[in-house]
Amino acid sequence: MVTLKQLPVEELWGPGHNACAGCGSSIAVKMILKALRGPTVVVSPTGCVEVVSSSYPQTAWGVPWVHVLFENAAAVASGIEAAYKYMVKKGITNEKPDVIVIAGDGGTFDIGLQALSGALERWHDFLYICYDNEAYMNTGIQRSSATPKGAWTTTSPAGKVIPGKPEWKKDLIGIAVAHGIPYAATATIAYWNDLITKVRKALEVEGPTVLHVLAPCPLGWRFDPSKTVEISRLAVQTRYFPLYEVENGVYKLSVKVSRPKPVEEFLRPQRRFRHLFTPENRHIIEEIQKNIDEGWERLLKRCGLKS
Amino acid sequence: MGRRIGLMGDEAVAYAVKQCDVGLVSAYPITPQTIMVERISEYVANGEIDTEFVCVESEHSALSVCVGASLSGLRVFTATASQGLALMHEVLYAASGLRCPIVMAVANRALSAPLNIHCDHSDMMGSRDCGWVQVFAENVQEAYDWVIQAFKIAEHPDVQLPTVVNLDGFTLTHCMEDVEVLEDEDVKKFLPPRKPIYWVDPKQPMTFGAWAMPNYYYKFKLQQQEAIMRSLRVVKEVGEEFGKLTGRRYDTLYGYGLEDAEVAVLSMGSTSGTIRYTARRLRESDGLKVGALKLWLFRPFPEEDLVSALEKVKVLIVLDRALSPGAVFGPLGSDIASLMVKHGLDFKLLNYTYGLGGDEVTPEMAEKLFKLGLKVAEGAKPPSLTGYVREVV
Repeated sequence: MVTLKQLPVEELWGPGHNACAGCGSSIAVKMILKALRGPTVVVSPTGCVEVVSSSYPQTAWGVPWVHVLFENAAAVASGIEAAYKYMVKKGITNEKPDVIVIAGDGGTFDIGLQALSGALERWHDFLYICYDNEAYMNTGIQRSSATPKGAWTTTSPAGKVIPGKPEWKKDLIGIAVAHGIPYAATATIAYWNDLITKVRKALEVEGPTVLHVLAPCPLGWRFDPSKTVEISRLAVQTRYFPLYEVENGVYKLSVKVSRPKPVEEFLRPQRRFRHLFTPENRHIIEEIQKNIDEGWERLLKRCGLKS
Repeated sequence: MGRRIGLMGDEAVAYAVKQCDVGLVSAYPITPQTIMVERISEYVANGEIDTEFVCVESEHSALSVCVGASLSGLRVFTATASQGLALMHEVLYAASGLRCPIVMAVANRALSAPLNIHCDHSDMMGSRDCGWVQVFAENVQEAYDWVIQAFKIAEHPDVQLPTVVNLDGFTLTHCMEDVEVLEDEDVKKFLPPRKPIYWVDPKQPMTFGAWAMPNYYYKFKLQQQEAIMRSLRVVKEVGEEFGKLTGRRYDTLYGYGLEDAEVAVLSMGSTSGTIRYTARRLRESDGLKVGALKLWLFRPFPEEDLVSALEKVKVLIVLDRALSPGAVFGPLGSDIASLMVKHGLDFKLLNYTYGLGGDEVTPEMAEKLFKLGLKVAEGAKPPSLTGYVREVV
């Protein structure tokens, strides 16, 4: 695991980006760029990180950075990776840069999933990182397939009949692993050394790799901007967002949560879940807890561990 | 100086790509473009070229891969048709806005519904305003020739814009012609390696694809407009140079009999051959003053060349192989109407749609059109100024 002392002082993210105070995605990007091992190209689809970092004529990027459209980051990255493969083959350049996609959950779980699947299947040597803030935050907090069950968003409002999003969140790592890729992992900003270590590890691996990074969003999750890291930590400590990695199909738990906190502790500080704390909706919290418990058991089994 | 070989349109395009030292090809199969990507895959699989071939899961990704590779500085090619072009639609605009000199072949085909795999131009017309330089080939030879020229036009420092070569689905893509191909060495001389002005270079971190507020956005778009207008000159220069090399000189358009024609028919693509053949027959056997005008370059629209070509014409029949439902004229007809207004041209304009979804286009039909035009030139009232050719004549 990487230590603070080993991190480069150089900042490749900002200063001068326009992210909200306490933006979890911005913290994630800053950490990701601390893990680089050499020449790197970053590709981002349309989304929060893209918008806060590239208002012409300014840029927050200290590395070459490419934005084309919303659903095609994995395809654009494929093109860059293949181009450099060709240039090395032809002796036009001798160095193949690492290619990293940094994409939101909308651009990954939803509209960009096909392009991602294609790029994984074609075995491009690149790292795809999804910073997951669990909704379309840039356009004003609309639900995505990464939005958790029960959460309020502007398109899954907490109405009188339907109390927030009825559906469960999609299993991104499960989908990624199904492609047989050599490395996939989850991470979140509160566990910074785990996150940075995993980015570096993924870069070292030949072939396509995927990181799913939970990035709390004060604006959309409705919590105080000073609490971003706390919320991120609570996500792990309640087993809401387990940290693990899958190396060549072998699952390994990164953080063992032996005495989990009840999920309520993760939900309560976030006003997107406020409506669940009423007598008529409390059963949803119970369903969420049950889902977490079952998910944890499944994960332990995959990791070859006993509960 | 060249060799003559039998090639179908798709094969000719692939053969040209093979000779153009292309760094990356990314494509998704769609009828009637498939043979292009099949041949290119074979060239790669057999080690005849060292192009990176990225065979993707959709046309949207095909063009996105091309954008990534083009931004990295490579010479890049893709090909599609119909629904594929429609699926690429938003990427087309990104490619031109990011000034990627990608070359694409479009095997023109109708759009669903109903499903139809045969030729018309509704695919390209649906993406007419995407900011690409757009040319139309009349025959297989032209398709081959235009692909080679397209790279030179697209990559010209004054242009830096993607370029699309249109060839009629099946009529050209699947028909074999005797094609004169250049020697590889001659193509190399004509088309030196791409020299990108800027590219994704880790040694020089740059931001590509920043977003722009209103005060900057229009400036980007105006620069793009200037670039496509500059390509007019480049198309002519490249066409002339290609002519010196091959004896086949290209330009923005090709006129026949226009020095004294009272009636001319304007068309794009393979139909231009049928029209010119008919015009020649009517001139030679019946002494009729008719002419044919083929538009090679659709975007940028070669205004000046059209104005001089149409100087003597009294009646112009514009053929559109795409419907613009609910519009006054078809896409090409609208352009000519605009040209008339802008340049104060004085001729009678008839604008008919034809050949939708592969509907046949015959010399008899062309003859009827010319004869209708001649009557109108004498003062007769046409049955209608617009409509579908089959129903008009």
